[in-house]
Amino acid sequence: MSKIQISTKINDENVEYLCEPHDTMLDVLRNQLELTGSKESCGSGDCGSCSIILDGELVCSCLMLAAEAEGSKLETIEGMSEGGKLHALQQKFLEKAALQCGICTPGFLMASKALLDHNPSPTETEVRFWLAGNLCRCTGYDKIVKAVLEVADDMKESA
Amino acid sequence: MSETQYLAAKTIDEAVNAHSKANGSARFLAGGTDLLVQIKSGIKKPNLVIDVKKIVELNTIDEVSENEFIVGASVSGANLNRNPKFSKLWPGVLEAFRLIGSEQIQGRASLGGNLCNGSPAGDSVPALIAAGCKALIAGPNGKREVPIEDFHTGPGKTVLENGEMLVSLKFPKRESNSSDAYLRMTPRTEMDIAVVGCGVSISIENNLCTSARVSMGAVAPTPLLINEATNIMVGSNLNSEILEKVSRLCMDACNPIDDKRGTIEYRTKVAGVLFKRTALIAIDRIKGN
Repeated sequence: MSKIQISTKINDENVEYLCEPHDTMLDVLRNQLELTGSKESCGSGDCGSCSIILDGELVCSCLMLAAEAEGSKLETIEGMSEGGKLHALQQKFLEKAALQCGICTPGFLMASKALLDHNPSPTETEVRFWLAGNLCRCTGYDKIVKAVLEVADDMKESA
Repeated sequence: MSETQYLAAKTIDEAVNAHSKANGSARFLAGGTDLLVQIKSGIKKPNLVIDVKKIVELNTIDEVSENEFIVGASVSGANLNRNPKFSKLWPGVLEAFRLIGSEQIQGRASLGGNLCNGSPAGDSVPALIAAGCKALIAGPNGKREVPIEDFHTGPGKTVLENGEMLVSLKFPKRESNSSDAYLRMTPRTEMDIAVVGCGVSISIENNLCTSARVSMGAVAPTPLLINEATNIMVGSNLNSEILEKVSRLCMDACNPIDDKRGTIEYRTKVAGVLFKRTALIAIDRIKGN
């Protein structure tokens, strides 16, 4: 069976790949493009650990076919830091110990970034609702929520 | 899934032709939040997946005339949520749609997908039925319109024939002094499947109800339009006696399954309670409370 050729943009770089019709975006990111930051935990859209930003929308890369990325713009966790400098959310997650085992962390960071892109000053309730699609079995969520709220506050002060 | 082919259709004709030719072995792919899970778990094994998101008509929110919307079948929840006019006219439809899954799911999931998946418990469906929405369908024999209350024929089954594709959802022109609401009962507070869902759409003029539609989900093999509710509500002032009467009707219409998430008795009782609460929210919205 012939593979499908896809041209897309990932973290501001033009990327071309060949995929099978049944490959998910997550399969191609991890197994072909060596972008292994996005994790597969549930594979059914429940846990959010494969979260990426597709044309500005937060999505689960496990619930998207790699072939669907033609002509799109993707952001993954690998593009979050700039020139070796951590994104404010990454830095704050470290400072606030908003991670333990780390499996859910790339997904939480992408989801938090998408939230602040859409809504730079969310309430605590808005943060909790927005991050409800990301499951963490270690932290109890509180440190994650506080880290996101602090970054939003810092952004306000520096604006 | 190794045999599956993928096609990103660019026009309605291309999608419909490909689906017809596949003779029942093709599936349309909108957001994929149901279909890809079903394929991964082996519940569905299509030979051809036809991605419809690049077809303009399926991905457009169109206000065709003042207060009259047509929403493409693959428009995502996140996208529809950014349309302030739509959310003002149809807050109940939007709140029902937005209850489905997390933000990640909302980035992809569509009204058309929720409808075509055919679950009796699909959250957006009772809201669409209450809204008086129609499904615009394209197929090998041309186009047709089907009221949403007639769209489902059983659990997982719809009126769509081989080759037919849901193109968009046509909402009636919204009159002023109208609003709608959707409530559901779930064992958990969020991201769960409705044990009972209720959609109500109402218009009020001079304290009298001028139009009303009530729909119940998850209490029968298909979502229901409670026809008699309209007859009782229209012309009344929607006082507690009227709401009690309609609440009884909603309970009488129930023909639910009995499962771990809700017994027949429980679902039936909740249906009555949920109707009253939903109607009061819609009335409050009209009054601007």
